[in-house]
Amino acid sequence: MTATTHDAHHEGPPSGFLRRWLFTTNHKDIGTLYLVFSLVMFFIGGLMALVIRAELFQPGMQLVDPYFFNQMTTNHALVMIFGAVMPAFTGLANWMIPIMIGAPDMALPRMNNWSFWLLPFAFAILLSTMFMPGGALAGGWTMYPPLMLQHGMALPFGIFAVHLMGISSIMGAINVVATVLNMRAPGMTLMKMPLFVWAWLITAYLLIATMPVLAGAVTMLLTDAFFGTHFFNAAGGGDPVMYQHIFWFFGHPEVYIMILPAFGIISAIIPTFSRKPLFGYSSMVYATASIAFLSFIVWAHHMFTVGMPLSGELFFMYATMLIAVPTGVKVFNWIATMWRGSISFETPMLFAIGFVLMFTIGGFSGLMLAISPADFQYHDTYFVVAHFHYVLVTGAVYSIIAAVYFWLPKWTGHMYDERLGKLHFWLSTIFVNVLFFPQHFLGLAGMPRRIPDYSTQFADWNMVSTIGAFGFGFAQLIFLWVVIKCVRGGAKATDQVWDGARGLEWTLSSPPPYHSFSEPPTIPSGETSPR
Amino acid sequence: MKVVKKRVAAWFGGLPFGLLLAANPALADLQLNMPKGVTQISREVYGLHMLITGICAVIGLVVFGAILYSVIRFRKSKGAVPAQFHHSTTVEIIWTIIPMLILISVAVPATKVLVGMYDTSKPDLTVKVTGYQWKWAYEYLDEGVSFFSTLAQEDNYARQLGSGRNVKDIDNYLLNVDEPLVVPVGKKIRFLLTSNDVIHSWWVPDLGWKKDAIPGFINEAWTLIETPGVYRGQCAELCGRDHAFMPVVVKAVSEEEFQRWLAEKKGPPAAKDTAAKTDEPAPTLAALTMDELMSQGQQVYQVHCQACHQANGEGMPPAFKPIKGSPVATGPVAQHLEVALKGRAGTAMASFAHLSDQELAAVITYQRNAFGNNVGDLVQPADVRAAR
Repeated sequence: MTATTHDAHHEGPPSGFLRRWLFTTNHKDIGTLYLVFSLVMFFIGGLMALVIRAELFQPGMQLVDPYFFNQMTTNHALVMIFGAVMPAFTGLANWMIPIMIGAPDMALPRMNNWSFWLLPFAFAILLSTMFMPGGALAGGWTMYPPLMLQHGMALPFGIFAVHLMGISSIMGAINVVATVLNMRAPGMTLMKMPLFVWAWLITAYLLIATMPVLAGAVTMLLTDAFFGTHFFNAAGGGDPVMYQHIFWFFGHPEVYIMILPAFGIISAIIPTFSRKPLFGYSSMVYATASIAFLSFIVWAHHMFTVGMPLSGELFFMYATMLIAVPTGVKVFNWIATMWRGSISFETPMLFAIGFVLMFTIGGFSGLMLAISPADFQYHDTYFVVAHFHYVLVTGAVYSIIAAVYFWLPKWTGHMYDERLGKLHFWLSTIFVNVLFFPQHFLGLAGMPRRIPDYSTQFADWNMVSTIGAFGFGFAQLIFLWVVIKCVRGGAKATDQVWDGARGLEWTLSSPPPYHSFSEPPTIPSGETSPR
Repeated sequence: MKVVKKRVAAWFGGLPFGLLLAANPALADLQLNMPKGVTQISREVYGLHMLITGICAVIGLVVFGAILYSVIRFRKSKGAVPAQFHHSTTVEIIWTIIPMLILISVAVPATKVLVGMYDTSKPDLTVKVTGYQWKWAYEYLDEGVSFFSTLAQEDNYARQLGSGRNVKDIDNYLLNVDEPLVVPVGKKIRFLLTSNDVIHSWWVPDLGWKKDAIPGFINEAWTLIETPGVYRGQCAELCGRDHAFMPVVVKAVSEEEFQRWLAEKKGPPAAKDTAAKTDEPAPTLAALTMDELMSQGQQVYQVHCQACHQANGEGMPPAFKPIKGSPVATGPVAQHLEVALKGRAGTAMASFAHLSDQELAAVITYQRNAFGNNVGDLVQPADVRAAR
């Protein structure tokens, strides 16, 4: 290779805002777009949550109509799941996978651009339904018929938006699979890949397998509503319960789509700040794969009360309980990694330890929910709300925040403000528990989910929970400030950033060149797995 | 050490807050746990719940203890030197097998309870429960008794946006109905659950279970209540705007009292074919004045129509059509009667044939003359009788 072509290959980003961001095929730029989009959605979905919690501050209806309340719960979930958590993970995949496996870019850069740019349109459509006659979708993010078929204009627009999100996710997933399987640097064998890459590879297969199922389910809703079919209409020979089976065949793997990449992130951060290799690398890979497999055969635990036959009920109970085993292995491995390490507590590590503690609480309530006879009490109560928020907020969202603090110095070349980062962690962690822990009590005492008003016996814990919600919400503004501050400047970050960091991404400069690993790096043979 | 203490104190920052709550006498009666309930099954479910909670608590102590120990003991600031071990097949096998054994020890009792819950054979009494947006209908299948159970009127007024009522003054706010389900204690009661429109879920925590009411399906469940009393619950499956406002109230009484209630409910044989509602004066077929019909009609409207069609008659299109200016309410009376008596297939509009002739006459008259409809005609109870 001559010097001229080499230099040409290393040129910076194109000039001009549109050329840089709208037409970009660069994995780092697209990763940034995903992450910024996800942060915007996180705040929009958070505002909806605050409307919900404000109405629930006291018994009686004070602020909104019950129907608007239902629009808020439905859209809070859709925005947070499809707009905040999933794009954040895809953004991290875009940024990190190529530089973790020594690839110059994603395998399919043009498709990468398209899969991101579908999202702003999908969410513009979804959010615009709030201003349509009849309002936005209000039948819950699970979109159960026949209730779902009572919507007005929001139904076709909402379904089209879900289709776009699905196409975007599938394309993103195909890109990850193609990149990981084809673009690894020589010597980067599968069992040497960082766990984040492994987790994303498995997640990508889950996405490819389940997003079309969701698309099918909502398309059947569409034809039931507008084209005279009766897939889910019992009066026409259809079956409303079939929808739930199809939906949760997507919905349960979806839960793992939102948590497997988190496992990968935590498996990168804990060894770094324990200054010790990850314990049980291969068992971590196998546990991730087992969880992914089991996620396909447990879907009906979301439907224990629909009246399944006894044998079905038992099968789904046993299969669900089984998931606790590989999940337990992961938690034990993280603790064994910390055991006899040399631990320091920078912000990413704080969020990672918070993740392990609080995700485990969510895991416990998940195990309780798996016990079908007990689920007859827990089902559709605030106990479930507490469960999945522990898994998704202190689980998935905490891992994303930890990842941002972990890799922000690498992305920007500046250290973030450690003092503000720690403040963000402590405020978030105190308030998130004030917010969600009392919801366990509310559910056990008998408060159903998705209600705008409640009996006075539930008043005290609801008030506590709302105080927690506003505290947690406002604490996230600190995060926004830390990120903006770090992008604009700060102490210069070294290439390795963290003294315990291992892996290819830390061999690049901070920030990395616009085009990195144009020539593949050499992976020393016989070295233990990178972290 | 000072730093450690500070950090540990911060970890438990939530604890003083919890103690504060526990110490406050006004909050002392906060319910934190699942109710034990009043049936054998509900106590078994409670037992399972406590078993699995206890197991989680013990595992939690071990796991959180290990994390806490690590973050205190193996700190870089204390000069901890990292070990470099990263694998142990033995340990991996141990922490795979032990959780498996724990899970099996929970699965066995859980299976037993579940099998018991599914045994709906040999009931003493069968009640059919039908969910409607947003009320429940109860039908005693062998007795020919049926009625609707709706949110009590006082609660219904108080829960409106900006009602100005302090809901804390209402006992069991949102958990009161106009007519509870009455059942005998000590009898095995089988429930057949279904729905007329969307999916609902019938739940009374004291009975230990909830079951979905699904259109086109009939689900089965059973209970045997041991203690007389009033047990309250509510719909647990999102069913639209007023999902929060369709409570379930079960009144368990002695067998004798139940028989008395049943006999009263069946009423004198003569009144049986006109109306199921026997707690009202015998229906008169005498003609009523416009004022009488309009004032009674407004009351009936508030109880039975307003949830969907709204106080201003504008409904919530497209699911719930407006009455204001609608072709039905301003067109021929016969068509209006037919919609009220038979409902509209394939829509949320259910049949209201269970209302008395007079109630229907009043509410139809009201609908035709309120909201600026001003058709001007009167519908008399006799007209309703003729249309049935």
